[in-house]
Amino acid sequence: MFITIKYFGQIAEITKQNEESMEFSGRLVSELLDILYSKYDALKSKDFQVAQNQELVFDNTEITGSEIALLPPFAGG
Amino acid sequence: MSRYNRHIILSEVGQVGQDKISNAKVLVIGAGGLGCPVLQYLTGAGIGTIGIIDFDVVEASNLQRQVLFGTSSLAKNKAIAAKERLEDLNDSISITAYPFQLNYQNAIDLFNQYDIIVDGSDNFETRYLVNDTCIITNKPLVFGAIYKFEGQVSVFNYKNGPSYRCLFPNPPQKGTVPNCSEIGVLGVLPGIIGSMQANEALKIILGIGDVLSGSLLFYNALTSKVSTLKVNRNEAIIQSILEEKNNFYNKQININCEIEVLEVSIDDIISEENIQFIDIRESHEQPKIENIKVSHIPLSQLEHSLSKINSDKKKVLFCQSGVRSKRATQILNELNIANCFSLKEGAIVLNNYTKVSSNE
Repeated sequence: MFITIKYFGQIAEITKQNEESMEFSGRLVSELLDILYSKYDALKSKDFQVAQNQELVFDNTEITGSEIALLPPFAGG
Repeated sequence: MSRYNRHIILSEVGQVGQDKISNAKVLVIGAGGLGCPVLQYLTGAGIGTIGIIDFDVVEASNLQRQVLFGTSSLAKNKAIAAKERLEDLNDSISITAYPFQLNYQNAIDLFNQYDIIVDGSDNFETRYLVNDTCIITNKPLVFGAIYKFEGQVSVFNYKNGPSYRCLFPNPPQKGTVPNCSEIGVLGVLPGIIGSMQANEALKIILGIGDVLSGSLLFYNALTSKVSTLKVNRNEAIIQSILEEKNNFYNKQININCEIEVLEVSIDDIISEENIQFIDIRESHEQPKIENIKVSHIPLSQLEHSLSKINSDKKKVLFCQSGVRSKRATQILNELNIANCFSLKEGAIVLNNYTKVSSNE
């Protein structure tokens, strides 16, 4: 399955891009995260939520959508 | 009244809507980058009762984005300086300044006096306190937060909608997400995000349009792109906060400025020999300390510069005002580097002190 992953805030700084597309042959969100963790080591220490087609998903959610987003919390004001 | 004519001639607002605005009570948390534009537009709109809570003082580095302040506001408390400016903008409304820190002891009573809470704070401790107090007092929360060139906006706790915790259940580990004073922010960004927050507050008051409840809006100033994320209410999380209500007054807030680290005064250490003074300011900051030996390790480089830290000496870290040096000392403490102290006085006092000493 061909998916696009969008990155925000500090996550985009770690991956050095706002989005990337890749072929994903796994099933679950956790499997995708494992791929991203091995690609971007610094991601492991960051807090973020994962969204699929603009909805929050969890580690054990099946990836069915084409757009994934990694969303960190912002503190600044 | 001619002041509100451009509202009243809008058929969606009218005199009825303007009366709703006049009767509304809004509390704004923080008079910083977000709070300033929020306050400016809500005051202009004629919100009848406005509260401003901020314990911080205006610094020169705030003026790039905190549009209520000028050079005459420097060193004044932000809530008080904002009130002064806003009373000039609109003298027909009631504005109350709370020049102290929001905490678990005062939040519930304060929120109960208002209809809507707008969060413009700059740290997670305060943001979770604001969210939880809104759940407990059943107040809508207009949320805004920024990071460098990006912003987030949403409305939480609105008509049984989700809360911030339904999106991010717990605060991230301390020190993992920097704020504007640590990492910088494009000045216009909080102007955009704060204006969006003011817009959400006015829609709630007027009952027009679609309130941004149940979704989080992301704005990127560099790409001008907007993305939204759907957020669902998590009943279990909200119930767990409601159950915490009785324990609320016993909790302590511990924001970055109040980090527990060992502090020293110049008087305590100036006669000591075995000290490594560490200037953790960035390289462009003035004044340079000239009369004593100082190691320069900017806060942004600290964790990568541990080899410059002398393990045999007592380390005294300083910055401009004693705030960032506390953060730096905390970082070294967490890395188990012993014998580190934060200098209470800033570089200016240290510089004057060392000049005097060398002239004696």
